[in-house]
Amino acid sequence: MSKPVLQVEHLVKQFGEFVAVNDISFNIKPGEILGLLGPNGAGKTTTIQMLLGLVTPTAGSIQMFGLDLATDREAILQQVNFSSTYVSMPQALTVEENLWVIARLYGLSQIQQRVDGIVKRFEMGDFRHKVTRKLSSGQSTRLGLAKAFLTEPKILFLDEPTASLDPDIAQKIRSFLKEERRSSGLSVLYTSHNMHEMEEMTDRIIFLQRGKIVAEGTAKEIVARFGQADLEEVFVKLAREE
Amino acid sequence: MMEIFYWPFLDLVIWGFITVYLMKFQGQIPGAVTFFLGALILWDVLFRAQQGITISFLEEIWSRNLMNLFASPLKPSEFLAATMVMSVLKVMAVSVVMVVCAGLFYSYNIFVIGMWLVPFVLNLVMTGWIIGVLTTALIMRFGQEAEVLAWSMVFLFQPISCVFYPMEVLPRWLQAIAWMNPAAHVFEGMRAVLNASVSPIVHLAWATGLNLVFLGLVVAGFHWMFELCRERGLLVRIGE
Repeated sequence: MSKPVLQVEHLVKQFGEFVAVNDISFNIKPGEILGLLGPNGAGKTTTIQMLLGLVTPTAGSIQMFGLDLATDREAILQQVNFSSTYVSMPQALTVEENLWVIARLYGLSQIQQRVDGIVKRFEMGDFRHKVTRKLSSGQSTRLGLAKAFLTEPKILFLDEPTASLDPDIAQKIRSFLKEERRSSGLSVLYTSHNMHEMEEMTDRIIFLQRGKIVAEGTAKEIVARFGQADLEEVFVKLAREE
Repeated sequence: MMEIFYWPFLDLVIWGFITVYLMKFQGQIPGAVTFFLGALILWDVLFRAQQGITISFLEEIWSRNLMNLFASPLKPSEFLAATMVMSVLKVMAVSVVMVVCAGLFYSYNIFVIGMWLVPFVLNLVMTGWIIGVLTTALIMRFGQEAEVLAWSMVFLFQPISCVFYPMEVLPRWLQAIAWMNPAAHVFEGMRAVLNASVSPIVHLAWATGLNLVFLGLVVAGFHWMFELCRERGLLVRIGE
C-alpha cells in the first residue's frame, strides 16, 4: 500500500463564528484522482485554498510528501499546482509570456522547450502570441490548465477544470489528465458540478456539506449508499437537505 | 470624502507653507527656480518609487493573478523585492523624462546638485519604498476599497517632507514630526547644497538611518499583515 502524497487531519477553518470547514480528514494516494463534491458554500474552495497555503487553518494539519505545509510551505508548493476558473493571468502579456513568467516563478529549466511542449499538448498554437485579455473564456481556461501542467506538479488541484470548455476540448483535457495520471503518477483533487464528469474521472469522492464530510467512497458506493439512480440525484438529495 | 476633504486640505497646507516661506524670505531666496524645479524632480523620484511598489501589487489584483503568485513557491519577501526592482526601473524611466524636459523647457540642470544627487536619490527611493510597502499592506488588509491609497497616501507625507520650503517654516510641533521623516532631511540637504552654505552630510546621515529603521519596520509589518490576511482568508478575497 503506497503512502499518501496528501494527508489532511482534522482540518478546521473558522471565520469568526462561521465554521467553513469542520474537522475533515482525508488523503490522496499517488496517482489517485479524488473528487471533492458539495453544494455552493460547502467548504470546497476554502479547503483547496488551505491546501494551497493561501488560507491558514484554524486547527488540524496538512501534510504533503511527508512535509508539513505550516513549516515547509515553499518546498511543498514547488511540487503542487492548481487551476481555477476564478483565477486569471496578467492580461497585458501574451499566452507564451505568461507561461514564461510561471516557469521563472517555479525556477524551471529548459523553459522554451517546456513552453513549446505544453502549447502543443493543449493545442494553443493558434493563440500563443495573443494577449491574454483577448482570449475567449475557453482559451483562458486552457491557459490556466497549461500553466498548472507546465510545472509538472506531483499534486494538482483542479477547480472545475472543464467549465467553459467546448465538449471536444473538455474530452481532450479529461483524456490528457488520465494519461498524465497513468504515465507520471500525478495525484489530483478534482471539483466539478458536472456529475457525469465526476463519475468518469474520479477514483474516490468525498462529499462535503456545511463544512463536514457526509459521504466518502467511489461514485458507485455513494450512489448505492443513498439509494439513488446516479450521483446527480445524490447531489440534489444532499443539497436539498441543507 | 477624498475629493471634498483630503485633497483640498493637502493643497491648502502645501500652498500655505509655500506662501509663508515666500513672505518670510521675500526676495532673499537664492536661485528660486533651482529650488523648486529640483525639488519637484526629486519629489517625483519618491512618488514613482512608491507607485512602483503599490501599482505592481494592484496590477496583480486587477488581473486576478494574486493566487497564482502566492500559491507558488514565491516568498512574500521575494515578492516585495521584485516590486522594489520594478520601482527602481520606473524611477529611472521617469527621471530621464523629467530631467530632459526640465533641460529643454527651462534650461534647468538637476546635476548642479553634483555628486550629492546620488545619495539624495537613493534615500528618496528608500522612502518611496517605505510608503509603498505600507500602502500595499493596507490594500492587502482592506481590499480594493483601499485602492485609492495608492495615489493619495504619499501626499499625506508631502507637507512634512518640506519639499518646497525649509523645515523652519513649519510650526514647531510639526517640525518635530518632519524631523522623523527621512525625505525632509533629503530636501533640507538639497537646499543646503544649493545654498552652498553647509554640508548636507548630517541630514544625509539622518535620512539614511531613519530610512533603514522604517524600511525594516514596514517590511516586518508587511509579513505580519500577510500572515493576518492568510488567517482571515483576505488574501483570496482581494479583487473578487
